[in-house]
Amino acid sequence: MKRALSEIARQPATCVAVLLIAAVVLAAIAAPWLAPFSPDAQPFDGLSLEGAPLPPGPKYWLGTDTLGRDLLSRLLYGARTSLVIGLVANGVAVLIGMTLGVVAGYVSGVVGNALMRFTDLMMAFPALLLAIVLAALLRPSLWIVALVIALVNWVQVARIIYTETRGLVERDYILAERSLGAGHMRILFRHIAPHLLPSAIVWGTLGVATTVLLEATLSFLGVGVQPPQPSWGNIIYESQSYFQAAPWLVFIPGAIILATALSFNLVGDALRDLLDPTQRGRG
Amino acid sequence: MNRRLLKSAAMALVLSAGLATFARADDRSSQGGTIVVTYQDDMATLDPAIGYDWQNWSMINSLFSRLVDYKFGTTEIVPSLADSWTISPDGLVYTFKLNPKAKFTNGRKVTAADIKYSIERSVNPKTQGPAGGFFHSIVGQDKMADGSATTISGIEAPDDSTLKFTLSQPDATFLNVLALNFASVVPKEVVEAEGADFGKKPVGSGAFKLEEWVPGQRLVFSRNVDYFRDRPNLDGFKVEIGQEPLVAILRLQKGEVDIAGDGIPPAKYLEIKNSPDAKDLIVDREQFETSYITINTTKKPLDDVRVRKAINMAVNKDRIVRIINGRATPANQVLPPLMPGYDKAYKGYAFDVEGAKKLMDEAGLKDGFSTTLYAMNTDPNPRIAQAIQQDLAAIGIKAEIKALAQPEVIAAGGNKDQAALTWSGGMGWIADFPDPSDFYGPILGCGGAIAGGWNWSWFCDKSFEDRATKADAMSKPEQKDERYKIWAQIFTDIQSQQAPWAPVFNERRVVAKSKRMGGSDAVYIDPTRVIDYEAIYTKK
Amino acid sequence: MAALLGRRLIQAAAVLLGVAIITFLLLHYLPADPAALVAGRSANAQMIANVRHQLGLDLPLPLQFWRYLTGLVRGDLGRSYIQRSEVATLVMARIPATLVLMACGVFVEVALGLTFGVIAALRRNGIVDRIVMMFAFVGVSSPQFVVALLLLYVFAAHLGWFPMSGFGTPAHVVLPALTLGLLGAGWYARMVRSAMIDVLNQDYVRTARAKGLSRTRVVLRHALPNALLPIVAMIGIDIGQFMGGVVVVEAVYGWPGIGQLAWQAIQQADVPIIMGVTLVSSLAIVLANLLADLVAPLLDPRIRVR
Repeated sequence: MKRALSEIARQPATCVAVLLIAAVVLAAIAAPWLAPFSPDAQPFDGLSLEGAPLPPGPKYWLGTDTLGRDLLSRLLYGARTSLVIGLVANGVAVLIGMTLGVVAGYVSGVVGNALMRFTDLMMAFPALLLAIVLAALLRPSLWIVALVIALVNWVQVARIIYTETRGLVERDYILAERSLGAGHMRILFRHIAPHLLPSAIVWGTLGVATTVLLEATLSFLGVGVQPPQPSWGNIIYESQSYFQAAPWLVFIPGAIILATALSFNLVGDALRDLLDPTQRGRG
Repeated sequence: MNRRLLKSAAMALVLSAGLATFARADDRSSQGGTIVVTYQDDMATLDPAIGYDWQNWSMINSLFSRLVDYKFGTTEIVPSLADSWTISPDGLVYTFKLNPKAKFTNGRKVTAADIKYSIERSVNPKTQGPAGGFFHSIVGQDKMADGSATTISGIEAPDDSTLKFTLSQPDATFLNVLALNFASVVPKEVVEAEGADFGKKPVGSGAFKLEEWVPGQRLVFSRNVDYFRDRPNLDGFKVEIGQEPLVAILRLQKGEVDIAGDGIPPAKYLEIKNSPDAKDLIVDREQFETSYITINTTKKPLDDVRVRKAINMAVNKDRIVRIINGRATPANQVLPPLMPGYDKAYKGYAFDVEGAKKLMDEAGLKDGFSTTLYAMNTDPNPRIAQAIQQDLAAIGIKAEIKALAQPEVIAAGGNKDQAALTWSGGMGWIADFPDPSDFYGPILGCGGAIAGGWNWSWFCDKSFEDRATKADAMSKPEQKDERYKIWAQIFTDIQSQQAPWAPVFNERRVVAKSKRMGGSDAVYIDPTRVIDYEAIYTKK
Repeated sequence: MAALLGRRLIQAAAVLLGVAIITFLLLHYLPADPAALVAGRSANAQMIANVRHQLGLDLPLPLQFWRYLTGLVRGDLGRSYIQRSEVATLVMARIPATLVLMACGVFVEVALGLTFGVIAALRRNGIVDRIVMMFAFVGVSSPQFVVALLLLYVFAAHLGWFPMSGFGTPAHVVLPALTLGLLGAGWYARMVRSAMIDVLNQDYVRTARAKGLSRTRVVLRHALPNALLPIVAMIGIDIGQFMGGVVVVEAVYGWPGIGQLAWQAIQQADVPIIMGVTLVSSLAIVLANLLADLVAPLLDPRIRVR
């Protein structure tokens, strides 16, 4: 642990990333105290006389959206929704995908085959379509949307991990371990899992941004988080065609999603370096 | 042009004001030229017995012809396939004489039997069309509609050029019904040969014919050289499908597109409206439309008229109009201002939060209640729903928004136990024909208050039903004004006594066209046809 | 090999049957009433019932599915509720455009992803690595619609290098494929980078380097082929993303592909089209993955095909 901290402290970029993630989490928790307005309030002066959203200014620091709501307040509250989606939904997906992928790749015979056929079946669905139908059948709410995204996204992870596991299982040193009588658990955790970590971290960190945007797509299709609850994704999605008329509505939330995702990615990289067995003792 | 003008002047009961707005002197129509029109959604079908959306409506209209039609840009009925007609004194028998020059584009002459067949086909349940109900006043329509008869006994074709309709009750709107696309004449032999694919390979007797249809890409129409009426101005038009509205506008500004059929997206609207070219690019005109909130009158506590009135008073219509950049006018009644029977004197419910709160208090709902508000998921409807949500919250009503795809909203509205409040925007009622009765039957009458129907207020009141039936029986021309007055009274009484709707605004239609397009605004936003492909032209 | 292929094909057929059953069930419970939609807004209860009967929607569900399945075997996917055309015709009309876009999009993705991934891995933790990965990241986190429109504004509307919309010439495919490629390349770049780093640290690569083989030779002959393994699996997965996920790009560029058809059908609750698109997409995904599984042993002989 100490080693991890000192490792991170040595890399300024990683430090910034950790601070940024902390700031986002803090903003999400403290939104009610930080936000200058209610995220749902549509003040009459929030739109111009012609009905155009207002650019950033002294009253609305980041401007207003197409309903005249304060963008800053919506972004602060939206952090709550998006963190749940980006972390929980994405995390669950990676966890399920890893577990199934490893087991299916390692355990041969009926169980492995059955698992992989199930994965094949799930993967054969066009992801967006499955998400839409599932979300339409269940009542859309934040947690249902998170669940649906997890249900759809684990499949890809499982498939990649499965392929990699199969590659590892056939490697000489694993065969050697086996012939020496090493237990399955030992092989899985000592030799296979560490090699899969890089892929898992890649998926986990890249997935933060894509799940946030997937939630937005679902909102747009009417099966996401329902209005007026803000999420970073639906803030962008509602106003994306305004990128000329009201660029702050697209580029500010876009930059925030990007910065957050980038931070998770940097921290992921640092973690990866720490955990990677082939890296140990070097650098 | 001359012949048509003469004839319609003779036929017209009132010389319409529309005539004055017709064709400015400086941009004389030039004959010829082809134009490009864009839409995002696929063309559904060009079968006149089935097509019923604002996108295919005007194209079907230009591919086929009917007994009677509207003069371009107006609501005035003029002869078309029928040269002339007589109506019996009791209003029950209509006899039409056909124009002998009318031919299908496959070369065959149009006969009276074709028209009889075509209307029967529209009513026939096997066609699976939406049209059956419109022809309800013809004797024998009911038997045809329920499948127990194979013809409609009230339509007779004694010879090739005579057609006789017998009605079961006088119907003041019967000529309007015959001007609907559903009454278009189709050639039986082609329909039978193509079967269900007739909608992809339509053959009609209209101003244009379909040359090519590449699914998902384009439809190409060309002028019908054998058209029996005056030739259309254009040589043809190409409809490009799958075009994102925002991109369509960009292409229009570059001159690649002549009419952006989906209008101007909100994100681009102010930019174009405030540009120096606005006058040439934008056609902005009123239509027969009202957008409203339906209030399910069978659901507690919305069954209390005081709550419904409170909702009417709580909605800040001016703000909602501002949200859509002023592309509508606040509405205070069911009928749109253009519709005969619109009551200028009626003021409806004024925006009055305190008054609304008092009504809620009287209804014993001081602490408010929770309910749901359904709305379509395309911009700007979710935004409007959120504005309504905020307004209702001010009087204690917590409305949860369900922004869904159109069919799901329709299903929820057509289910008595499901939708409490429904915002109609995007699916709003646009009149089929310019008569107030069209705003009653399916959306406020008992007939529409069925599972899967469009009366989402589930409003069904016997006394209003009787008054409506009586009004529609007044079919004599000299009764017209009196009939409109009765209808006006019905609609204002419904609102002031029962308030099953909260009318919000009357949306104007906005079409973007390139600078080279000519013709009055009325032919781009025709009250009954949407776009008059026959009348628009390119400037020279 | 033939027996193996046969077994895999049977498995693929079973997967497709499973997809058909599940989709049919899910769509049956979609909260929209096709009969009322078809009958239109002036219909009475009797007309709606009539239509429901004619569409066969009043039959018990298993029988409805059986009818669909027997039709499917004959290549009949039913008729669209809204467009009234045969679904098979509608879907087939759009497949060529989607295949073209898919091929070009995947090509751009993989080309960019491989290049960036390898460069980043070789310059690990250096400035180049950071910049390349940052770029990959911007792509992955950008909303498709905005990127597509920006490219269209700059390269089509302003510079006029490419047509704004449509399908048919090679010039038409450049911007859509570029949009897809730029946005998807980040995934590949990340995967390649990780896999390359992993491989470069393997003993055999170090041995090869120690033997004095040139850096390029080691990378191209020894490291890259091993790093390709996850990429092949990734392409298989990508096909699934493409079938459902190109909706936005197709919409912006007026590309007449299957994504637009699916999107419209979902918006209109046009169940037969949704079924048809799902099945065709599933078929493509299953075939792509089958291919990926068959190619994997060629890249890494240690994998035995199960």
